[in-house]
Amino acid sequence: MSLTLAHFLALGGILFSLSVAGIFLNRKNIIILLMAIELMLLAVNMNFVAFSRFHGHLEGQVFVFFILTVAAAEAAIGLAILMVLFRNRNSINVEDMDELKG
Amino acid sequence: MTAADLMLALPEIFVLGMTCIIMLFGLWLPEERQGMISFVSIMTLVFAAIILLGWDDPDPAAVSFAFNATFVRDQMADVLKLSAFIVLAAILVYARQYLRVFKVAMLEYHVLSLFLLLGVMVLISAASMLTVYLGLELIALPSYALVALRRDDQRSTEAAMKYFVLGSLASGLLLYGLSMIYGVTGTLSLAQVANITAMGNNTVLVLGLIFVVIGIAFKLGVVPFHMWVPDVYHGAPAAVTALIGSLPKLAVFAMAIRLLSDGLGNMQMHWMSMLVVLATLSIVVGNLVAIAQSNLKRMLAYSTIGHMGFMLLGLLTGSDQGFSAAMFYAIVYAIMAAGAFGVMILLSQHGVEAEHLDDYKGLSKRSPWLALMMLMLMFSMAGVPVFAGFFAKWLVIQAVIDAGMIWLAILAVIFSVIGAFYYLRVVKLMYFDAPDKDDAISVPADFRAALTLNGSAQLLLGIFANILIGLCVASF
Amino acid sequence: MNTDLHIILLAIPLLPLFGAVLAGLFGRQIGRAGAHWITILAVAGSLLLSLYVFKLIVFDAMPAINTSIYTWAVTGGLKFEIGFLIDSLTVVMMTVVTFVSLMVHIYTIGYMHDDPGYQRFFSYIALFTFAMLMLVMSNNFLQLFFGWEAVGLVSYLLIGFWFKKESAIFANLKAFLVNRVGDFGFLLGIAAIVVSFGSLDYAEVFAVAPTAVDQTISVFPGVEWALLTFVCICLFIGAMGKSAQAPLHVWLPDSMEGPTPISALIHAATMVTAGIFMVARMSPLFELSEVALSFVLVIGAITALFMGLIGLVQNDIKRVIAYSTLSQLGYMTVALGASAYSAAIFHLMTHAFFKALLFLGAGSVIIALHHRQDMREMGGLRRVLPITFVTAWLGSLALMGVPLFSGFYSKDIIIEAVHLANRPGAGFAYWCVLLGVVVTAMYSLRLLFLTFHGEPRMEQSVREHAHEPGWVVTVPLILLAIPSVFIGYFSIEPMLFGGFFGDAIHVAAGNDVLAEIGSHFHGPLAMAVHALVTPVFWLVVLGSALAVAIWFWKPQLAVWCRQRFSPLVHVLDRKYWFDEIYQAMFARGSARLGNGLWRYGDIAVIDNLMVNGSATLVGWCAGLLRYLQSGYLYHYAFAMIVGLIMIIFTYIILA
Repeated sequence: MSLTLAHFLALGGILFSLSVAGIFLNRKNIIILLMAIELMLLAVNMNFVAFSRFHGHLEGQVFVFFILTVAAAEAAIGLAILMVLFRNRNSINVEDMDELKG
Repeated sequence: MTAADLMLALPEIFVLGMTCIIMLFGLWLPEERQGMISFVSIMTLVFAAIILLGWDDPDPAAVSFAFNATFVRDQMADVLKLSAFIVLAAILVYARQYLRVFKVAMLEYHVLSLFLLLGVMVLISAASMLTVYLGLELIALPSYALVALRRDDQRSTEAAMKYFVLGSLASGLLLYGLSMIYGVTGTLSLAQVANITAMGNNTVLVLGLIFVVIGIAFKLGVVPFHMWVPDVYHGAPAAVTALIGSLPKLAVFAMAIRLLSDGLGNMQMHWMSMLVVLATLSIVVGNLVAIAQSNLKRMLAYSTIGHMGFMLLGLLTGSDQGFSAAMFYAIVYAIMAAGAFGVMILLSQHGVEAEHLDDYKGLSKRSPWLALMMLMLMFSMAGVPVFAGFFAKWLVIQAVIDAGMIWLAILAVIFSVIGAFYYLRVVKLMYFDAPDKDDAISVPADFRAALTLNGSAQLLLGIFANILIGLCVASF
Repeated sequence: MNTDLHIILLAIPLLPLFGAVLAGLFGRQIGRAGAHWITILAVAGSLLLSLYVFKLIVFDAMPAINTSIYTWAVTGGLKFEIGFLIDSLTVVMMTVVTFVSLMVHIYTIGYMHDDPGYQRFFSYIALFTFAMLMLVMSNNFLQLFFGWEAVGLVSYLLIGFWFKKESAIFANLKAFLVNRVGDFGFLLGIAAIVVSFGSLDYAEVFAVAPTAVDQTISVFPGVEWALLTFVCICLFIGAMGKSAQAPLHVWLPDSMEGPTPISALIHAATMVTAGIFMVARMSPLFELSEVALSFVLVIGAITALFMGLIGLVQNDIKRVIAYSTLSQLGYMTVALGASAYSAAIFHLMTHAFFKALLFLGAGSVIIALHHRQDMREMGGLRRVLPITFVTAWLGSLALMGVPLFSGFYSKDIIIEAVHLANRPGAGFAYWCVLLGVVVTAMYSLRLLFLTFHGEPRMEQSVREHAHEPGWVVTVPLILLAIPSVFIGYFSIEPMLFGGFFGDAIHVAAGNDVLAEIGSHFHGPLAMAVHALVTPVFWLVVLGSALAVAIWFWKPQLAVWCRQRFSPLVHVLDRKYWFDEIYQAMFARGSARLGNGLWRYGDIAVIDNLMVNGSATLVGWCAGLLRYLQSGYLYHYAFAMIVGLIMIIFTYIILA
């Protein structure tokens, strides 16, 4: 059996679904949210690379590089916010973030 | 890359250069000279506007591409960028006193605002999915940091975390959609996407479209992708709320036009019906929940949701008339929001956010001028005739009627009447209730000038509505 | 059309607006003197410019100007414009409005001298002048409506000017509510015009209206009404609200709770005549509907007689004049109904002068007595207030219609016109206006006798301090007394019989009663002499004789009359129970509704749950939606995912 485009897309889809589920099922640790977000970007990258290979040109792979770069910046900001949040509350529990509502 | 390419993007390059310069030199400025940063930032905006207007353009209606057709400059882009400069300049004037009182770092605020502006400019001029993504992230990343700017404040950091997680989720969804559109069409250029989709479309493309629409919906904050809006508006410092409540709306409007009309215009029948649902839900939910708010920031957040629903009304018609109406709405809204938050910023001058409706009681007695400005802004938001907000609503509703969706127009009218209630309540509090406190409100001269312009702009844009409407119509 | 004239025309309304903005927004900075100087100079400027335009139109015989200044928006063939239509009708109104306004501005300096809201007051009256000028100068229905609402708005603001006074707030609310009824009709009329004729421009509508004589409109399914009758009656309902015609008159007497300069400016001389002006302006439409004109005639006649009667039993000096105003507005309306539009405008003009004079005179008395208004506590003021006394007499003689005074000419012509009119209701109207003459003479003299003659009845301390107010009060009185006496004599011939109004007022060939009167007219002096042999004059004499007998010669006769005719007096005292009926029918019902709303609203405010209270449903929905905004991140993400799945389900699975 050889690997086709469909396999890659399915993998991308599964990763994506996992990350989405991770975001709204997880009620404990905010770090897991950050991980889920990274996973989601990976799923997108998987898609882009697969399509890029399928079409036989590099545009998609260039896009992937941009996504990777932005994701790095995003992770940095996310962790920074997490730091100040922890300093204010001494907790990184998702359920504790409920002061703003209504 | 040619010189012509660089010339075309000169305002962006200038803003980027100045931001880097401010960031570098700001570090060496002593504490008492920090006011310089604000001044230089505003001058940056002024010169960027001059460069934008001074660009030697043989034909204003022409559309020019640069950087392998990833960057586009047309009249819509110019008008929106100019509006963004004006709005940001006003907000920077409003913010200065606030930043000092709340001991928020002057430098970070200004540098992040300018980066956000850069993102807005890039997104407005995006002609490729890659630039759309970059512009969007360039707006999003500074926004996350800005919301957390009061880093010792629980609500500020909580709002930032929520915004970050949900924003990243939305970015992920949008990217996933873009990847599918890329997969089907094999190109990142929106113009080529339009060419290829003209030959017919398939399920994967529709799936991609759905994710793209959701990405747009999240950034606009329309129901059911609106949940972040009230919490973030509420938690963010008022000077930041003013920013994220106004500028990005201009850019996301442009993004919607670029993606939906320029790129996926052939799938209009699909996105039109999606937007109808989103717009309806937003108008209903935004206006209803706003009534139940006692916190002005949250009230304005829900009102934003309602307003964005109205803006979608213009977009969803898919006609040039509707697009220009939505563009008018976006610009007028950005100006209104900046002004309303400006009033809030001014009242927060004792180190406590003046976000409760009670803080506005008897404002007309404490400062008749401030109350009058707020009155004009509230009237405009409520859509009282003669004010700019009235024309914005009028135009989108008319576009909807011309598109044959009478029921949607009726619904919009009903909910704009319901919505008028909570704006007028603010007016009532200001004019007919006795003030709880009577401490003086000190107003810096530049603040007074900017807010006076901002408030009376609501009236002037209403009375001379033809000018701005003309620019919007000429953009399509 | 040259641009100089454009600028002048624009300046006329904008000067008072400018003054209003300055006095209103920067009142604290410019101070009290600054506020009155700025507004007075602005209004004086606009009076001078109005006079100049008056000269151009009337003496230089310049053709009427119809011009659009600014196109606000164009939608689907319908234009929203701001524009001016300047013809002889407009210039008369402009001159009257700016003149009376200027007098009132000057007078206010004295009247409001000690009031803390001094600047605010000047700002309001200047704003009013702006709105009224926009109304009369308009060339389209939209601007007319804006002016209409704007004068109404300022009027409410001013009635409730002393917002700490409970009765003022009540009067304010009453004026607002009653006017809403009128405005509803007015708006309906304008809407019918837009729907049927597709234009808001006067000239365009008037041009197509004659072709629509046979058209009908079906307001309720199955009921067909003649289109023009419907339009005209709707417009007239608007006029009834603004010009206080029965049964929408109830707000005007209560509006006297406002400061006296306002009663003179808004509730006697200018705003309340907006309805009269509007009908005259719409004469090309009204002339096409006999039914509407009959309606106008009858309403006017009822108001003229029955409101005058109430004036006989009132004790508050301002209320007597207010009922007199109602009655005189009735006369104007009667003239409109008899197709004698020019006579209505003529009476409007003379009335503006002498009624403003009477109000300002009453105000002078009120100042002298330290804001006491009850005539039972006055008397014998002729020595204390000589100037007020003389001018009030002159104004009253004009109001009664004594020959040679201005009121005589305008009122006599109206009565004569009704006599000659031959549409349904004219007979009834004729008797009403004739009897009205007796009543007018009686209440006018009663006011004078009770206030200025007889024994002083006020407290000792008040009497000792009473003295004539300063020149800012007396000069306007004198300046208003001059036209009150003479303007009728000098202007009747050119205005009514000289083709003065030209095309501004349109009268159908068979309806032109004024032309018929004109054929017997031999100059104002001859008319005054001839009056001696007409019933009208002898009715004035009769009324005066009765008044002298009852209130001057034998005051005990007044007591006897009250007992003898007590049922009648009771009816008049209760003002025909209009207030009670409205109170019971509308006010109480809506009060109950409002009370309920307030209660919910209040509880909600306390609970911070639902601040609206106007509908429980809205609050309930809002509460539910707020509950969904739980504050938990995963709920928010979940909502997004649910949205995503719903859309995918709809577009991918179902499609």
